[in-house]
Amino acid sequence: MSRVILEISHLHKVFDTNTVIEDLSLTVHEGEVVVIIGPSGCGKSTLLRCINALETIQGGEIKLHGNTVSKNSKDLHEIRQKIGMVFQNYELFPHMTVLDNVMLAPMKAQGRKKSEVREEALALLKRVGLESKADSYPRQLSGGQKQRTAIVRALCMHPEILLFDEVTAALDPQMVREVLEVILDLANAGKTMLVVTHEMQFARAVADRIVFFDDGQIIEQAAPDEFFDHPKTDKAKQFLNTFTFERDRSTTNRA
Amino acid sequence: MDKEFIKQYIPLYSEAALLTVKIGFLGIAAAIIIGLVCETIVYFKIPVLRRIVSVYIELSRNTPLLIQLFFIYYGLPKIGIRTDAQMCGIAGLAFLGGSYMAEAFRSGVEAIDVIQEESAYSLGLSKLQTVRYVLLPQAISISAPALIANVIFLLKETSVFSAISLMDLMFTAKDLIGLYYNTTESLFLLVVFYLLILLPVSVIGSLIERRLRHAGYGV
Ligand SMILES: Nc1ncnc2c1ncn2[C@@H]1O[C@H](COP(=O)(O)OP(=O)(O)O)[C@@H](O)[C@H]1O
Ligand SMILES: [Mg+2]
Repeated sequence: MSRVILEISHLHKVFDTNTVIEDLSLTVHEGEVVVIIGPSGCGKSTLLRCINALETIQGGEIKLHGNTVSKNSKDLHEIRQKIGMVFQNYELFPHMTVLDNVMLAPMKAQGRKKSEVREEALALLKRVGLESKADSYPRQLSGGQKQRTAIVRALCMHPEILLFDEVTAALDPQMVREVLEVILDLANAGKTMLVVTHEMQFARAVADRIVFFDDGQIIEQAAPDEFFDHPKTDKAKQFLNTFTFERDRSTTNRA
Repeated sequence: MDKEFIKQYIPLYSEAALLTVKIGFLGIAAAIIIGLVCETIVYFKIPVLRRIVSVYIELSRNTPLLIQLFFIYYGLPKIGIRTDAQMCGIAGLAFLGGSYMAEAFRSGVEAIDVIQEESAYSLGLSKLQTVRYVLLPQAISISAPALIANVIFLLKETSVFSAISLMDLMFTAKDLIGLYYNTTESLFLLVVFYLLILLPVSVIGSLIERRLRHAGYGV
């Protein structure tokens, strides 16, 4: 198999007395798309936040390319440059245009040349169909456009891995697709990604591996077809059932 | 009203107004700097200094400007620091205003969701870069109304400077009333000159506020 990008071993995360992640180990290889699914409140966001040290951890280790990621690392902001994060609510900088949002970190954090960054930013915006929005402010965009901007902002840093935390959960249904297509496109381009989502069809289409997560532990992981067609654990079956129930009901309604 | 009297004393009032504006401007500029420094100390939780800032803010906000001025004007010479009335006026305004400006900046910083900060960190920006490019610009635009209100408040507070014999507007009006008993005219001029100073500030203030809002701030 190709080289390891992210290696999480025996991760422990506790909020006060509430253990959210317990002895979790997970490895992501270069070019791999790992999709994490699981009921809400099971610790998916917390896991992603631990990976770029937005949370302190109480045990275990997270390594990116062999470098330990920790809140105390001296070179933390250099490590973070290699981890792209896309949040559920976009978190664009409201006082900057789309283009400035994308260009800020490459210029200030990486010290790259303005002309070069600008060219790349515009090319990336074009790739996601936002070239005409470069000079707009976030408040002038739809949710889907904001999220595509956030993805471009992360991409422009040339991260080694992209983390997506339910990036379509805040979107109106008609905008979900435009964002998922961008992610699918990135997956096809060979980007390494860790994706948290509730969109099961999308998970199946984009994933190399599905990780089913509950109560802060990995319950089951498998290739997508195998996981969705033949889930092994009761918890996974139950979880998948909550989705098929909705489908069944809609077919009966139509009948 | 005695029109001749008013005409005759317009130059004197103009001079006093100029002094009020000068002290006001310098004092407020210093207050803004003090406010920024205080908020930076609080934001970065710098030990010891942080304590000093909170004591200063309590002291500054909970004592009247007049008393602060007396302390500076009569107190400092006692411990060997010589000052003139103008310096005292500027220092007093800065001492009072610094805490108000700090509180305005703080409310601006606190109004920004922490996830904005996390979003900047996750892009690999350092703490300083995050403050400089992400938090400060947003904090200033959120604080703008409070900052502008503080500027107007502080300009009005300059009216107590006459107590340390600064020849400002209030001093001039009191002086003329004492000399000639032309109360109506003297007070009329006082009000007009204060309005001449404050109205433009107020108008420019709301223009700035509107501009900041329209520059794409807010979600
Ligand atoms: N900052 C926090 N402080 C305390 N508890 C938290 C915090 N963030 C998350 N939690 C708790 O951790 C658990 C996992 O949350 P989260 O990672 O957001 O789940 P998910 O993303 O899977 O829905 C929840 O029980 C939540 O209440
Ligand atoms: Mg979540």
